[in-house]
Amino acid sequence: MTERILDHPVLGALEPDQTVTFTFNGMTYEGRDGEPIAAALLAAGVRTLRHHEESGTPRGIYCNIGHCFECRVEVDGQQGVRACLTPVREGMVINGGGPLPAPVRDWRKNHA
Amino acid sequence: MRDLIIIGSGPAGLTAAITAAEHGLDILVIDEYLKPGGRLLGQLYEEPGGNWWNGIEESRKLSERAGALGLDIRLGVSVHNIEQENGSWLVYTDRETFEAKSLLLATGAAEAPVAIPGWTLPGVMSVGAAQVMTNVHRVKPGQKGVIIGVNVLSSAIAMELHIAGIEVAAIALPKNNRVNGSAAIPTEVMNALLHVSHMAPSAFVKMGSKLMKNEFMKKMGITFYPKNGVRMWDIPVMLRKAVIRIEGTDQVEGVTLATVTADGKVISGTEEVIGCDFVCIAGGLYPLAELAALTGCPFYHIDELGGSVPLHSEDMRTPLDGLYVAGNITGIEGAKVAMSQGKTAALSIAKDLGKDIAEASLSEAIRQISSTRSDAHIQFHQDVEVGRRKLQEYWEQHATGKRNILV
Ligand SMILES: Cc1cc2nc3c(=O)[nH]c(=O)nc-3n(C[C@H](O)[C@H](O)[C@H](O)COP(=O)(O)OP(=O)(O)OC[C@H]3O[C@@H](n4cnc5c(N)ncnc54)[C@H](O)[C@@H]3O)c2cc1C
Ligand code: FES
Repeated sequence: MTERILDHPVLGALEPDQTVTFTFNGMTYEGRDGEPIAAALLAAGVRTLRHHEESGTPRGIYCNIGHCFECRVEVDGQQGVRACLTPVREGMVINGGGPLPAPVRDWRKNHA
Repeated sequence: MRDLIIIGSGPAGLTAAITAAEHGLDILVIDEYLKPGGRLLGQLYEEPGGNWWNGIEESRKLSERAGALGLDIRLGVSVHNIEQENGSWLVYTDRETFEAKSLLLATGAAEAPVAIPGWTLPGVMSVGAAQVMTNVHRVKPGQKGVIIGVNVLSSAIAMELHIAGIEVAAIALPKNNRVNGSAAIPTEVMNALLHVSHMAPSAFVKMGSKLMKNEFMKKMGITFYPKNGVRMWDIPVMLRKAVIRIEGTDQVEGVTLATVTADGKVISGTEEVIGCDFVCIAGGLYPLAELAALTGCPFYHIDELGGSVPLHSEDMRTPLDGLYVAGNITGIEGAKVAMSQGKTAALSIAKDLGKDIAEASLSEAIRQISSTRSDAHIQFHQDVEVGRRKLQEYWEQHATGKRNILV
């Protein structure tokens, strides 16, 4: 379980912010309005953002600043959105992707 | 048409925007992040004399000045292509295409990974990711972490995690393999650390001043380096242990460490597992310069600057008309150097656009880059000055036409 850093010896107290409600893979979560989706989910203890398109293995953030695209999720129907740089908003519907069908590979597995 | 588009609102881009606006240029700043400040946002360290360099505060000051000047800063916009056409620059983004007479690339740096089995597990992140989660978003990356890679950035961030109340169980080397190079060799890492001992934890400084005396002492130092590490801020820095595997099924559960020889070979039978819920990978920084590569600007690989950098002059011009660079895209250094480069770039741009900029103020700005560099608290590479000189030589060769630019 991760948590928020409410008090910091140098940066001070965490400023209060508007709370928003959003869903991720059908579950409801709360976040601070405008914080990155990845931060809101991590604060709620969620590390796994998607499963790899081919292998199906779990993935979370890696760089947290937009470079690696490991955090890609679907936001309000739009695919390939980086959770580390996209602000979370009230009512957002977020889904982590999963393995995609690979008919050619599967056909080979069963037939070749 | 606008005078100038700046890509990147880090310390380099914001300082450039402020200076350019003060000289009456019409500017657009584009950044894909959700806040202005770039990688300055996450920085937090105590400077000699006891002042804290607080990146959030510094970024806020820059944005406030930018705001007061009425600067147009578009956040959450990613640039994916740039082109020069009929003497102007076209900037393609995920929203719309922008056009300007000149273009400043201030895209900063990126973190290099190190290759360790298990590194795709959720909970494994770059050390910068943990810095941003902790200091900028104020979310703990986890309860207990292990940092892989011992360098200036990872020791700075270990301290930041520590003061935020996050336990760092160890900072250790990466496993030695064909990819990880000298970052996995205790003697090399020790040497690199000794050269930045002003940044390194005080335990090192004390040890370091003894060890620096001669090669024999250095060898002794790494041979007798305590296997369980030297503690800094209560965090064991393990120069004789390497992470050989990250463990976990659905997310990080721990790492397997092993003792290594002075040249990085795993001593079998020494493997041990330590539990943790997050792992940081610290492979060092390199200039993020893909956009410059799209223009055909010549590049040079200079180790002392952290990788391949677009050719540029001291006044931040590139060989292409109307294209300028500033900040970590030109080489890995601290934020203050990036700011002074941003200022210099803006003066060059204003001058090239026909504004009345005295030669003296431009040369003063260039001089300030060097003095900021020599006073810098953080030096990512001990020989950055050598790297700068190399680049200047390449620039002079181009200027005198000894090399042809192939665009
Ligand atoms: C993860 C990380 C941690 C660091 N930590 C420290 C530290 O603790 N101390 C220290 O002294 N230095 C640190 N640095 C070095 C840092 O690069 C410099 O200190 C300084 O921030 C460089 O300033 P800059 O303006 O050149 O770039 P940055 O501050 O990196 O700003 C560049 C900006 O450009 C934007 N950008 C890049 N590409 C695009 C694109 N295609 N489209 C739109 N926007 C784009 C980015 O979103 C970013 O906001 C760190 C660097 C990184 C990458
Ligand atoms: S975590 Fe790397 S792009 Fe989001």
